[in-house]
Amino acid sequence: MAHSLATEFTKGLWAEIPPFRLVLGLCPTLAVTKSVENGIGMGLATTFVLVFSNLLISLLRNVIPPKVRIACYIVIIATFVTIVELVMQAYTYPLFLTLGIFIPLIVVNCIVLGRAEAFASKNTPVLAVADGLGIGIGFTLSLAALGAVREIIGAGTITIWGGNPVFAVGDWYHPFSFMVEAPGAFVALGLMLAGMNLIGKK
Amino acid sequence: MREMISMIVVLTLLASVSGGLLAAVKSGTELRIEEQVLKFQKAPAIESLFSDVTNDPLKERFTLETGDRTLQIFPGKMKDGSLAVAFETSGKGGYGGDIGLMVGINVDSDQLVGARVTTHAETPGLGSRAKDDLTFVSQFNSKPLDSNLALKADNGSIDAISGATVTSRAVTRAAIQAQELYSQLKPEILKQIQ
Repeated sequence: MAHSLATEFTKGLWAEIPPFRLVLGLCPTLAVTKSVENGIGMGLATTFVLVFSNLLISLLRNVIPPKVRIACYIVIIATFVTIVELVMQAYTYPLFLTLGIFIPLIVVNCIVLGRAEAFASKNTPVLAVADGLGIGIGFTLSLAALGAVREIIGAGTITIWGGNPVFAVGDWYHPFSFMVEAPGAFVALGLMLAGMNLIGKK
Repeated sequence: MREMISMIVVLTLLASVSGGLLAAVKSGTELRIEEQVLKFQKAPAIESLFSDVTNDPLKERFTLETGDRTLQIFPGKMKDGSLAVAFETSGKGGYGGDIGLMVGINVDSDQLVGARVTTHAETPGLGSRAKDDLTFVSQFNSKPLDSNLALKADNGSIDAISGATVTSRAVTRAAIQAQELYSQLKPEILKQIQ
């Protein structure tokens, strides 16, 4: 367990990047990545929950009795998820409307509980925060990348936080709307997984 | 025994601390959430109900007290000169909790102007059609106020959305509640808007 801070942080960005390497947390990955904006919003919400639940669980790791540890983790995680939900409702209401039911579902996201059980409960708070931040940012980047692929192919544009598209393919392009439907999520994820494996093999 | 006690103590403490924290966050964000709901849920519903009013129902809103709740009333002056009001009621028993329904009532003819679903947490693609697909709520358009607004399955006059009877029933409950509230409040509403 003598890993340095930097390795704990960076492993979440490539070696253990959640949806691609660990193939965990696929429910939000597939459901909300219709656009880059949704992917980033979901990723940031999950990152917030990961960092704070990791910190608290790591601080309390010697206090929490082993037999009820899962119940304790769920209480802690659910608290932070509810805070995220309330803050989102207060400040980014349109995003809250599109993410809807998937925000409360962060509670049962296996990435969050997985990091709590596998890492935070055995390591110091500083390492736990680095781990949560790394995995969270990796998750956000993955969702944004998947969202970008689906939005570009499916809609031909990328729009972030209202206003004009920040990127447009051009008028000659006919949007392939299959990619923003649910089946398109599986196809896009499969192709990206294949690409990641191809790069990793070298 | 010691383990037992520590389990109980730790879980109880954790749960009460997080309960307190959530109560604090909730009361801290309550006002802002109300504003956001007004802007993103109620305002579009009112605009779509009162598409041809000559005033600004949002600016002229007022509140009335009925028993234990305060009701926000949005008055509208229709193009033909008649007066209307809109207010929100909530229908109990949707799949994802209560369903908010903005109901518009023409005060002069005692007819419904229409109804629009506002806040809900129904299943996307099934119950959410109550909000997204206007064919269901358009059944309320121009109904006389004394008509039975229950579902046809409950001997009323409204067709349920196929596959979403529970949601439809919650919406009709909200509409019936609006009928009751309006008949109670009509004298006060008339006093306010004239």
